[in-house]
Amino acid sequence: MTFGLFLEWAVKSLIVILGMTIGFAYVTLFERRVLARFQVRIGPNRAGKGGILQPVADALKLIFKEDLIPDKADKLIFVLAPVLTVIPALIITGVVPWGPPITLFGKQFTLSVTDINVGALYILTVTSISIYGITLAGWSSNNKYATLGGLRATAQMISYELALGLSFIGPILLAGSMSLTEIVHAQKSVWFIVYQPLGAIIYMISTIAEINRSPFDMPEAEQELTAGYHVEYSGMKFALFFMAEYIKMIAICMIGATLFLGGFQGPFLDQQPWLGPIYLLLKVVVLLFGLVWIRATLPRIRYDRLMAFGWKILFPLALLNIMVTALVMILVGG
Amino acid sequence: MTTGLFVFLTLAIIAITAAAGLILSRNTVYSALFLIINFLAVAVLYLIMGAPFIALAQITIYAGAIMVLFLFVIMLLGAEKPKEIEQMKWQRPLAFVLGGAILVEGVYALLTRVSITVTTNPASEILADPKTLGISLYTKYSLPFEIASVILLVAAIGAVVLTRMPKKDKGQ
Repeated sequence: MTFGLFLEWAVKSLIVILGMTIGFAYVTLFERRVLARFQVRIGPNRAGKGGILQPVADALKLIFKEDLIPDKADKLIFVLAPVLTVIPALIITGVVPWGPPITLFGKQFTLSVTDINVGALYILTVTSISIYGITLAGWSSNNKYATLGGLRATAQMISYELALGLSFIGPILLAGSMSLTEIVHAQKSVWFIVYQPLGAIIYMISTIAEINRSPFDMPEAEQELTAGYHVEYSGMKFALFFMAEYIKMIAICMIGATLFLGGFQGPFLDQQPWLGPIYLLLKVVVLLFGLVWIRATLPRIRYDRLMAFGWKILFPLALLNIMVTALVMILVGG
Repeated sequence: MTTGLFVFLTLAIIAITAAAGLILSRNTVYSALFLIINFLAVAVLYLIMGAPFIALAQITIYAGAIMVLFLFVIMLLGAEKPKEIEQMKWQRPLAFVLGGAILVEGVYALLTRVSITVTTNPASEILADPKTLGISLYTKYSLPFEIASVILLVAAIGAVVLTRMPKKDKGQ
């Protein structure tokens, strides 16, 4: 391994982590402003021009808050849990390509941290271990509400992970590869959402459940569990849970755009390769708006119905989707 | 010392320490977490052997699904701390004898049957690419694969049958 290659990886990883963190800050503002519009309010617009400095103000407030650790809590795990929640959120988009290879300073760079031949499986792997932070936060707080929230989160994420994994198989079958770069290239003419409308819907529903967003935010249902798994957290530790949730929102939009909406593909890409990241960003913003829209519109569904929906409707539908896709692939000879 | 050997030794130490922590920890939640660390270390071992699919499948299935259910049950039952008084006094010496026996056996087999170089060899070509892995699973190893899937299906059906509510309770 040469020093140059190492430097390239380090810079790319830094771009992903910094991009995700800045993205998190502005997604909170985006959500609050858009949500306010849905509810015929104005939203935060005082800090800076049009509220542009609101995330900075929020961060400062959280840093200066008192950091409490409950007396009977399991201190090691209590401190570790927010970190375990954020790390998977930060690394999950490592395999997503942002654009076609570009040439800078006479050297060609691929626009992704890495392109492994099991990229889609990597995403599922990181999703499957991202449960631990939330579960352990709930347990280590030594609080009834927090433990219940953690348990709910575990059951919910395990249930929806199956449908999520199965929804990945459609694009993988169509592209004939698990590498996300290959999947994007296979969508050059037609986006996979055209062939896989059901798969795309299953992907969106199960990822919303997977990141505990409304209407599937049972683990943190305020009216029943005060705040669920993070009820005992304050200050920066609380901010880390918040950060993980919003980074996951960006991540699922990026992955969804890559799997079903053509990733960085768009018009004039062959002449201007730098348009790739811009197309991806646009698609992510559209999907993020969809997420906020869903949150503003739909009420939370009951817990038993949520589990029944995951196991009895979403899971069989995802299986059916794969069967039909595979059959059509064989018959057409894709 | 080469980089590969250094990485291997680091991972081996992590895996063994985690395994020891799993047994020695008195808190079952910590035991479960140690087991997860052990699975992750083994997964990275697969990765440096050049088998990314196996490595990621190991994390997804063992660390991501099975251990989550373990933790779930531990937390649900509130079984974090077992009773201090040991019920079966003969259990501990017997465990030492049996564990020692299997250790001696394993080391003997390793020294006589397997050469030391095996640990640093890369995995076979089939494991490197998910495509070739899939093809060999469905052609060369299709019978064992099908048998394993039938066994798993039987287990799943068994779980459903065992947890089903008895019907006769309905009317009463």
